[in-house]
Amino acid sequence: MSYDWPTALPLIFAGLMGLAILIYVILDGFDLGIGILFAAADDHEQDTMIAAIGPFWDANETWLVLAVGLLLVAFPLAHGTILSALYIPVFVLLVGLILRGVAFDFRAKVPAGSKHRWNRIFFLGSAVASLAQGYMLGVYVLGLDVGLGGIAFGALVALCLSAAYAAMGAAWLIYKTEGELQRKAVRWLRTALVLAALGMVAVSLATPFASPRIFDKWFLFPEILYLSPLPILSALLFVWLWRQTFHLPKPDDRHALTPFLTLAAIFALGFAGLAWSFYPFVVPDKLTIWQAASAPESLVVILVGVVVVLPIIIFYSFYAYRVFGGKATDLTYD
Amino acid sequence: MDPLILSRIQFGANISFHILFPAITIALGWVLLFFKLRYNRTGDSAWMRAYFTWVKVFALSFAMGVVSGVTMSFQFGTNWPGYMETVGNIAGPLLAYEILTAFFLEAAFLGIMLFGFRRVSNRIHTLATVLVAGGTTVSAFWIIALNSWMQTPAGFEMRDGKAHAVDWWAIVFNPSMPYRLVHMLLASGLTVSFLIAGLSALRYLSGDRSESMWKALRTGVFTAAILIPIQIFAGDQHGLNTLEHQPQKIAAMEANWNTGPNVPLVLFALPDEAAKENRFEIAIPDGASVVLRHSTSGVVPGLNDYPGNHPPVFPVFWGFRIMVGTGILMLIVSWSAAFFLKRRHSLPKPLALIMVPMTISGWVATLAGWYTTEIGRQPWLVTGVLKTADAVGPVAGSHVALTLAIYLILYVLLLIAYLGVLVHLALKAAKDGDASPLPGVMNAAMSQPAAGE
Repeated sequence: MSYDWPTALPLIFAGLMGLAILIYVILDGFDLGIGILFAAADDHEQDTMIAAIGPFWDANETWLVLAVGLLLVAFPLAHGTILSALYIPVFVLLVGLILRGVAFDFRAKVPAGSKHRWNRIFFLGSAVASLAQGYMLGVYVLGLDVGLGGIAFGALVALCLSAAYAAMGAAWLIYKTEGELQRKAVRWLRTALVLAALGMVAVSLATPFASPRIFDKWFLFPEILYLSPLPILSALLFVWLWRQTFHLPKPDDRHALTPFLTLAAIFALGFAGLAWSFYPFVVPDKLTIWQAASAPESLVVILVGVVVVLPIIIFYSFYAYRVFGGKATDLTYD
Repeated sequence: MDPLILSRIQFGANISFHILFPAITIALGWVLLFFKLRYNRTGDSAWMRAYFTWVKVFALSFAMGVVSGVTMSFQFGTNWPGYMETVGNIAGPLLAYEILTAFFLEAAFLGIMLFGFRRVSNRIHTLATVLVAGGTTVSAFWIIALNSWMQTPAGFEMRDGKAHAVDWWAIVFNPSMPYRLVHMLLASGLTVSFLIAGLSALRYLSGDRSESMWKALRTGVFTAAILIPIQIFAGDQHGLNTLEHQPQKIAAMEANWNTGPNVPLVLFALPDEAAKENRFEIAIPDGASVVLRHSTSGVVPGLNDYPGNHPPVFPVFWGFRIMVGTGILMLIVSWSAAFFLKRRHSLPKPLALIMVPMTISGWVATLAGWYTTEIGRQPWLVTGVLKTADAVGPVAGSHVALTLAIYLILYVLLLIAYLGVLVHLALKAAKDGDASPLPGVMNAAMSQPAAGE
């Protein structure tokens, strides 16, 4: 393999797209998770939970726009193939995101009497969007072939990814809240962790068995040696986090951010495993990133923008998080 | 069920729903900045009240725009895979630059603009408003550049059935782009000024005489009165540009069948494509020649020169007339209101009553204009490069029909909810007036704690 531009550019964009998806899953993951946890919270807690994500969620969702955008602009062939194959789940995802996104805003502006209705829609939208994302992941892992088994596996991953998001949401609440709600969030985290771990095991087992090619990538010597840290480290982090939950919250609120960071690390490890499994394909076993890529001259034009703008985006995203740092307080416009 | 027709209806429905909200946020960001700058200059808290009232509308419109925009970025893939496969090399970078240079900027600083007034310094809060307003406008720039390129493609060459970029400058600043951008930005300005004027008139009618109501009302009315003649001029220039680059669209807009001089301006007609003639035509002799060529003997293109290659006449003809008619109404209403506000320092009740339904006049004109220009591009998706029929995906018609039905129900419900909340916010602001003190603020000082406190 030679390292000229036409070879390197699709590789760079695959990396960027992967990064955007990972950041999206972590950041919007806790927004979606908090939406799911809405079902278990009372009115006042719901207001605090919204305050914990209010200033950030627009920017968080933007990473999905960037991820889909990069798929669209850098790998137009794959964009069409994947999204046509996932027509109905994509539609369900979009309905979920629409409901979630508008309910978030409506609930704060409608007359008091109809606020609870928008709270329910916020939960519904978050749950539907999370389930749809999990289902899409499950079907993608199986190579986009949807049989009865595929649907069942998709449903399993849907539940487990939603649980993982709920865990992220709970971990974010541990960081952003105090008192009774914080203690409640610890209990939520424990429940969600069990399902999330189950999901990660299911995907890890299903991926190699769904495709002989992926099987060979993982279970060959010496690759299996280099790769073994991924599952081992994930498992250790899960266990460690599980044990931590029995000691939270700590005096002076020490380590309040630790559960969230640990979960983010687990997501990153799982994502790295998936990326390794599918590389170099963008449509499993059908289209490689080079076959699906746009023309090099177009990719160069985008890359210039990315290189200049991405650091600025990351800088001001950090700034926005810092402005609204500390424990969540009631949000007001004025 | 034909997936092509259903996909077209679905995309049409989605883009119609989507454009309603950028049409508001693009200009409303700058209006908010105006309120903020006036507050900074005068220290008058009524300006800040106006800001807080309208920033909620901005937040809601932004959220609606984001979710419907995300829907569209997925639909390129689900319904129109042929589009990116053919022109992805051109459309891709333009869309990428929209996301990179505009979308993140808006989304990141929106939080500070909405909730940060007491968390950051006044200067940073103003800066956040500038960045959000700038972001929405830059966003419009890229999207209009791409849309205009689809209308009047330039700066590319076809290789193996795919468009490849040759000259990015020519792609971005393609022949119709400057006209379309100006026309759209002015449309957004008019949409917002009538929205503000209309809802302020509603507050006025419900008895609100507060300073913040007057300030918003005057801002809306005077902005509309200034922008509408500029828009009429810009629209005329855009039409002349279309005549040069897309004559078949002009022929459909005028419902003119035969190319020639002394073409009448059709005011009313029911165009009949099968018979290639207009029924119930009412027309001004030589009118179209004068409008388009500035001479009674000017030659105007006719539909019969483009057999099988011109857009459907009926929707383009009527879309154009609804847009122009709404524009004339806007001119009359905004100038009357400006006259009364300037000379009499009052607003007659009947005029206020007319202004309330005019709240959504910008939406009507914008949608009608978009239908004119977008249906006017048919049967092409990208003029001369890609037919709409060749871009549609392999999805089953029944799936498209099902999702279309649910989208439509969802959009109608959301629109009702959105308009309901606008009215609710206006009436709530009317009830509060200027009487209630700002929360957390003693006396007149609108002072803010330092960041981090």
